[in-house]
Amino acid sequence: MRFGVVIFPGSNGDHDALSAVELGLGDEVVPIWHKERSVDHVDALLIPGGFSYGDYLRAGAIARFSPIMDAVTEFANAGGPVLGICNGFQILTEAHLLPGALLRNGSLHFVCTWVYVRVESDRTPFTADIDPGSVLRLPIAHGQGRYFVTPEQYDDLVTNDQIVFRYSDARGEVHDDHNPNASIDHIAGVSNVRGNVVGLMPHPERAYDLGIGGDDGLRVLRAARQAVIQAVRA
Amino acid sequence: MSVVTNTGEPTLSHSYLAEVFISLKPVVNDPEGLAIRAGLHSLGYDGVESVRAGKYLRLTVTADTKADAEAEVARMCDQLLANPVMETYRVTVTALADH
Repeated sequence: MRFGVVIFPGSNGDHDALSAVELGLGDEVVPIWHKERSVDHVDALLIPGGFSYGDYLRAGAIARFSPIMDAVTEFANAGGPVLGICNGFQILTEAHLLPGALLRNGSLHFVCTWVYVRVESDRTPFTADIDPGSVLRLPIAHGQGRYFVTPEQYDDLVTNDQIVFRYSDARGEVHDDHNPNASIDHIAGVSNVRGNVVGLMPHPERAYDLGIGGDDGLRVLRAARQAVIQAVRA
Repeated sequence: MSVVTNTGEPTLSHSYLAEVFISLKPVVNDPEGLAIRAGLHSLGYDGVESVRAGKYLRLTVTADTKADAEAEVARMCDQLLANPVMETYRVTVTALADH
C-alpha cells in the first residue's frame, strides 16, 4: 500500500500529510511534484492543504491546470481513492472532480481551531470502516471554507449520498454555533457520485497522534488503506 | 501590424483592452459586500442599500477583430477567470491605438 501526496507551489500541508502516513499509519508514502505527469505508482492520492499559487484568482483555480492534474483526473475516473484536504478540496472542486465551490467564510475571518465533524456516509474509501453518526475531532485552518452548491446540486448531493462530513458538536448534534464558516447545511466534506473522490475542509492529516492534539484523523487514512487492500483482494 | 496570408488577403491584428468584471451570483451570500456596507453605514452613508464586492481584471489582447477579442476573453472567463458555480462575469472590449 503506497500513498501519494501531490505538492503544488504554495502547498503547506504536504509534510503533514507525508508524516501522517509514514509516522501515524506506518505506510509507504511518496511526494509527487505538480510538474510530474503520472500517478501510476500509488494506490491512493492525498491533495494537501495550503495556498497553491497564493490562492490568486480563486483558491485552487490555477493549481487545477498543473501538469499533474490530468493524471489525477484519470486516476479518479478509474476509481482510485483521492482525498482533497482544505486547499486540496478547493482544487478538486475547481477541477470539477467534486461538485460545488468554497467561498470566503461567513465571518470573513480566517478560522484556526479544532472542530467536531459527524461522519454522514460510509460509502467512501475514506470513511469505509467508520459508522455513520461517529464524531471525529479534527483541526481546521481556512479563510475560504464556506461550502456552496446551487439548490439543484444540493438535491443531487442528498439523493446520491454525497455528503460525507457535517460540522457538529462533540455529541454529533448539528447547529449553527458549531459551523465555523457558514457552509450550506453544515457541510464539511463531500464526495463525487461514485464515492471514491472526497474533499473536506478539516485536516485529518494534522490529527495523527495524541502528542499533537488528537489522532482521529488516522481513522480516515486507515479506512482508505483498508479499502485499497479489500479492493485488491476482491 | 500587417500579415500577408497565403491567399494574398492582408489580415490586420490589433490590440484591444478587455475589462473583465467578476462578481458573485445574486443568490450567493457576499459577506465582504455586507461588511463594506456596514462600514459605509457607520460613516453615515445611510442611503447605501447594498454592496456587492467583486474582481476587476484588465487584459491587453491581440486579435483580428473586436468580435474575436470578445469571444476569446469570454472563453478565458469560462475556462479560468470566473467560476460558473458561484460567479458571473461581464466583459467590455475597446480598441487600443495601433503602434
